[in-house]
Amino acid sequence: MSPTDTDTTPPLARLGRILRDNPIIPLIAFLLLLVVALEFMRPGIVMPIRAGREGLISSFWLGNLIKFAIPLAMLAACQVLTMLTAGIDLSVGVVATVAAFVCATLSSTLGVPQAVMIALATGFVVGLVNGFGVGIVRVHPLIMTLGTGLIATGCLQVYQRFTINTGTLIPPFLEWLGTGRTWGMPNGLFLFVPFAIFIIWLMRSTGFGRLLFALGSNEKAAKLSGVKSWQVLMALYALSGLIAALAGLLYLGMIRTPSLNLANPLLLPSVAAAVIGGTSIFGGRGSFAGAIIGALILRVIDTMLTLLQMPEGARTAMFGLIILAVTALYVRITGTK
Amino acid sequence: MTDTPLLDARGVAKSYGAVKALTGARLTVARGEIVALMGANGAGKSTFVKILTGAVRPDTGIITIAGRSARMGSPAQARRAGLVPVYQEPSLIPDLDVAANLRLCDTPVAAFVGWVADLGITGLRLTDLIADLPLATLRILDLARALASDPDVLLLDEMTAALPTDLVENVLRVVRARADLGMGVIYVSHRFTEISALCDRATVLRDGRTVGDLRIEPGVEDRAVELMLGEKIALGAREGAAISARTGTPRLAIRNLAAAPKLADVSFDLHAGEVLGVVALEGQGQDELFDVLAGFRKSTAGTLEIDGQPARFAHPSEAIAAGLTYVPGNRADALMAGRSVRENIALPFSARPRNWGPIKRKMERARTDDAIARLQIDTRAQGEVQRLSGGNQQKVTIGRWLATGVQTLLLFDPTRGIDVRTKRQIYPLVRELAEQGAAVLFYTSELAEVRLACDRAIVIFNGRVVDIIDAARADEPTLMRAAYGLTAAKGAA
Repeated sequence: MSPTDTDTTPPLARLGRILRDNPIIPLIAFLLLLVVALEFMRPGIVMPIRAGREGLISSFWLGNLIKFAIPLAMLAACQVLTMLTAGIDLSVGVVATVAAFVCATLSSTLGVPQAVMIALATGFVVGLVNGFGVGIVRVHPLIMTLGTGLIATGCLQVYQRFTINTGTLIPPFLEWLGTGRTWGMPNGLFLFVPFAIFIIWLMRSTGFGRLLFALGSNEKAAKLSGVKSWQVLMALYALSGLIAALAGLLYLGMIRTPSLNLANPLLLPSVAAAVIGGTSIFGGRGSFAGAIIGALILRVIDTMLTLLQMPEGARTAMFGLIILAVTALYVRITGTK
Repeated sequence: MTDTPLLDARGVAKSYGAVKALTGARLTVARGEIVALMGANGAGKSTFVKILTGAVRPDTGIITIAGRSARMGSPAQARRAGLVPVYQEPSLIPDLDVAANLRLCDTPVAAFVGWVADLGITGLRLTDLIADLPLATLRILDLARALASDPDVLLLDEMTAALPTDLVENVLRVVRARADLGMGVIYVSHRFTEISALCDRATVLRDGRTVGDLRIEPGVEDRAVELMLGEKIALGAREGAAISARTGTPRLAIRNLAAAPKLADVSFDLHAGEVLGVVALEGQGQDELFDVLAGFRKSTAGTLEIDGQPARFAHPSEAIAAGLTYVPGNRADALMAGRSVRENIALPFSARPRNWGPIKRKMERARTDDAIARLQIDTRAQGEVQRLSGGNQQKVTIGRWLATGVQTLLLFDPTRGIDVRTKRQIYPLVRELAEQGAAVLFYTSELAEVRLACDRAIVIFNGRVVDIIDAARADEPTLMRAAYGLTAAKGAA
């Protein structure tokens, strides 16, 4: 009956434990490895100096990498937070799209602040519905969020018919946020840095964050301690919807053409970024910092596939394959699930 | 027993890691004989049953049935060897009808229907869906199915629990009649009345081994209790057992409390400053009692008063708000295995939405450190609770409520499966809490603990309080007899 912390584990398992306890370090190493590989594929892309141009690190390349990783990382935040409770939010892609579309179509008629508020509110409402389904009716999050996502898609199509005549307007400050640069870095960071600090603070230093881990670790223990899980889940999914809407607005400023499936392709990568970043889909374990690195990794892989000049279909297939392989490898080494 | 026994199991041993569940179990059943298998909690009875029915493989031991060496690798093999079990929990598939359930294991329908009628169930159709049938009927169907397969040995594991009296009588009559035709029966039960009515012999297990065989005759109860207890080494009596004055409004007043399925009618008072023991054999309703008090389950009848105010809990948070905090029997239910000791202890702090904001680190550290110090929790591996020993894990579950502030503590078998050193730390702690004004309800499966930790104990049998015993006279034989409902039986006779 002695504590079992005397270590006689084999080296690979011990490496796994180190990786599991400090997932950020190997993730950053993996990211750098990919960047080096990218530089070898196309010399000069990362370090223009090697191609005889000016600059040690291309701020254009770095800025682009970060710029496109931001909306992905924001959606990954939704996945990290919900996965902590052994849930998932598959409606984030649609919610982001809806928010972007609503904002673009209402800005011209109602004015920008109103349009932004309504766009965020739609995300919040979809999130509340998710929270109601998951927390009170106890529908599995996978089914619930998939369902609300489909409903939202349908509503968006109906809504589009009504607004076919009103023009779209991208709010200028979203455009500034999405496409502008300050000292070579994307302006999106002005939104993302405070956002990331908030999420990490929420997870580590608040009672609410504690409860997310608690629900995913052992819901019965949480109940025993007096936690009403429906309250936590309602707040969680509402927050997730809100974040997704915010990410959609940023994405709108970045792409500048609202469409009916603007942010939908970001859904699977957002799940993958969370999982690669060390978040367990079975709950109780996860970090947002890891998910940010995960999002960067996925963006670098995407760039590499683009450079290979494959046809679109093959690229998509490769992307899916790599996501699965990286995730499986990571899970295998760290022994997490 | 001149001829070879029908079933012969000897030298059966089984260890789970370092825990020796069985060390030398032996059981013989002759043709036409009904043998009761008895043992106190933790004697190894359920492990032995699992081995006999093929659910668990023994480490060593030989089992022969009708002279053939039987390989009990799986429940199916045990069945083929001729041993068919009937459990307390029905084993029919709820979403299929009766006929489909019979087809699943090739039960002869005609024989089945005959046994069902014999056992006194009328109006059953083979097209009835199992899910629509009452629980008592399902148990009878299980037995009829077992009988229809014409087993050499029938194993009945607490199958009469919560069965109405008329059906129990039918079961006993049919089983006796079938045994008279040559079937062997193993009867696992806590109920002396049924055992003396039905069985020929009782085999008693203690600490993982068979310690005796008793012929069923008048006065066998005392002998059985003695055998089940053995010569226990006294853990030492509590010194200065100050029986607290039980005056004024009780902290907890329970009247005629009932909860499905097993808690029938329980009344008692629990005063501040008192440690009230709860003694019961497995499955007598104590789980339901604690679940109701902790807000996990709703009562079906009766009242609960806290400091004179009626209370009813729909969720554990309400029980906690009323000062009732619960340490469950299964540590795994209470702990977040992958989280730190501190976080596990601090979990209730953030339960309510108004505490969802920033964590007050200073307050949290002070309170958790205090709990860790009082319980002497070994914090060398505090990063993850799962790396702690069982005893330290248990301390964490108690420490959680020390840190929150204890008013009424519900301890469900808090010393199960932990080392002696930790046990000895827990008793004084419980006493200390009571002296500081807490009320403690203390269910224990280890009878000796009543004297060590409690002021008095209520004994629950069959969902009812059958006795209230002061710690001073709560020696193990007295408690054991009461737990088996023997005092009640005498009172009725």
